[in-house]
Amino acid sequence: MKTKVENQVALAIIRLIAILVVVILAFLLGDILLAGVPHISWHFLTAPSQSFTSGGGIGIQLFNSIYLLVLTLIISFPISLGAGIFLAEYAPKNFLTAIVRMAIEVLSSLPSVVVGLFGFLLFVVQLKMGFSILSGAIALTFFNLPLLTRNIEESLAAVPTLQREAGMALGLSKWRTVTRIILPEALPGIITGVVLGAGRVFGEAAALIYTAGQSATNIDFTQWNPLNSASPLNMMRPAETLAVHIWKINSEGVMPDANAVSAGSSAVLIIAVLLFNLLARVLGNALYRKLTASKTN
Amino acid sequence: MNEFIETKDVHLYYGEKEALKGINLSFPARGINALIGPSGCGKSTYLRTLNRMNDLIPGVTMTGSVQINGQNVYSPKTDTVELRKKVGMVFQQPNPFPFSIYENVTYGLRIAGIKDKQLLDERVEESLKQAAVWDEVKDTLHKSALSLSGGQQQRVCIARVLAVKPDVILLDEPTSALDPVSSGLIEDMLLAIRDNYTIIIVTHNLQQASRISDRTAFFLNGELIESGQTKQIFMQPQKKATDDYISGRFG
Repeated sequence: MKTKVENQVALAIIRLIAILVVVILAFLLGDILLAGVPHISWHFLTAPSQSFTSGGGIGIQLFNSIYLLVLTLIISFPISLGAGIFLAEYAPKNFLTAIVRMAIEVLSSLPSVVVGLFGFLLFVVQLKMGFSILSGAIALTFFNLPLLTRNIEESLAAVPTLQREAGMALGLSKWRTVTRIILPEALPGIITGVVLGAGRVFGEAAALIYTAGQSATNIDFTQWNPLNSASPLNMMRPAETLAVHIWKINSEGVMPDANAVSAGSSAVLIIAVLLFNLLARVLGNALYRKLTASKTN
Repeated sequence: MNEFIETKDVHLYYGEKEALKGINLSFPARGINALIGPSGCGKSTYLRTLNRMNDLIPGVTMTGSVQINGQNVYSPKTDTVELRKKVGMVFQQPNPFPFSIYENVTYGLRIAGIKDKQLLDERVEESLKQAAVWDEVKDTLHKSALSLSGGQQQRVCIARVLAVKPDVILLDEPTSALDPVSSGLIEDMLLAIRDNYTIIIVTHNLQQASRISDRTAFFLNGELIESGQTKQIFMQPQKKATDDYISGRFG
């Protein structure tokens, strides 16, 4: 009888905790969305921000966030793919690779503001890159790299050894076995990890304040030459992102509608991050189905 | 006279543990050879020395010589990729690639650089027919191999090996994860191709060994106890251990 009661008590507590977590999340999301969604309009999403007058938008910040994310992924994905493949498939179990693994772990637990300050001192000041999208992208790469490497390594390691043996036994070289069999099989997991990581990068603020800067220079969306300083694609311009914008409005915003802009921006950010999570699921599932179920041709 | 496959004094160690204690065994060209013995006796390990799959396991050391068709398998000059094209392998668990049936069967060929669609189509049909699975999959060649049943997957895996036309086919308990009907199909199929390939099959199923094999070798605790014509091994074993094993007194 006693074990039965114990079991029920434990179950009740676990349920309560689970409900609590969901309620907290629902409350947070509800609060942010209720306050912010009414301010979202096409004008808000596309117009440049205003420093002193009301009616400003977040167009440039939104574009900056997306551009920074794309650049970060372009830099970090190939590096972590290589590192992940090495760690999962080639790395011998020795002292050196143990150090590499530990370095990755340490890198992933660095506080973002420290990464930001490091980026500021090294890229912005020492290497004279200034507050720029490129500095920001490299700082964000520091963050994304360990997560992505770990994700790729785990996705590869989750593919059964039998598949490697099948490839080798068929006369494939190790490299071909990895790239033609193991990698495609691990792809759904990798894509899910990339998109989830993208969500995290999208919402990052602390590391960007000192690297990509806090000012949104006016950009000309008709000028697509990356070397032109007004071009949206210019990597050397300072670029305030959405998350940084929210931080800035709340700490020193002087426009009359600061609260509304902040609420609207927060809602947009949350929606974007939720979309990333949703996308990760949908993409992962779709890829998995495509690999395992019937194909049309 | 030289046999097609000759192994001399093969010792293999997993770290400190000696898993094969000096195996001298040879196989003539063509026909089915069964390796039997209780779990952990070294028969699978021995099988994997023939296409150097043990190379993939860290901490394995091997001594002795393995020759296939006069070629020293463990010579530094041996290209394991080339070796494994000649010595195909089927595993205990069906392990098709997560691609279509067609892609599975043509994988080895396309890696070898064959692009001719007609030749690939022919080889797919031929291999799947040999593997006794053509009738079941001919209309769904472009469906994922993972959507097939375990028995069908295993036969597709065999077709994948047959497609590259190896000289030797190693099978490591290929039917132990399958139902009796699928097992029967695979046995029939092996009997049908015995005249064209040198087949070595590891099996726990003594009836299977006696049904399909021409020669049988009995392993125990890393040693080769006895080998010879299957009939002789099963009817008049020379060693007591062999007799005990095949009459079910242990193992």
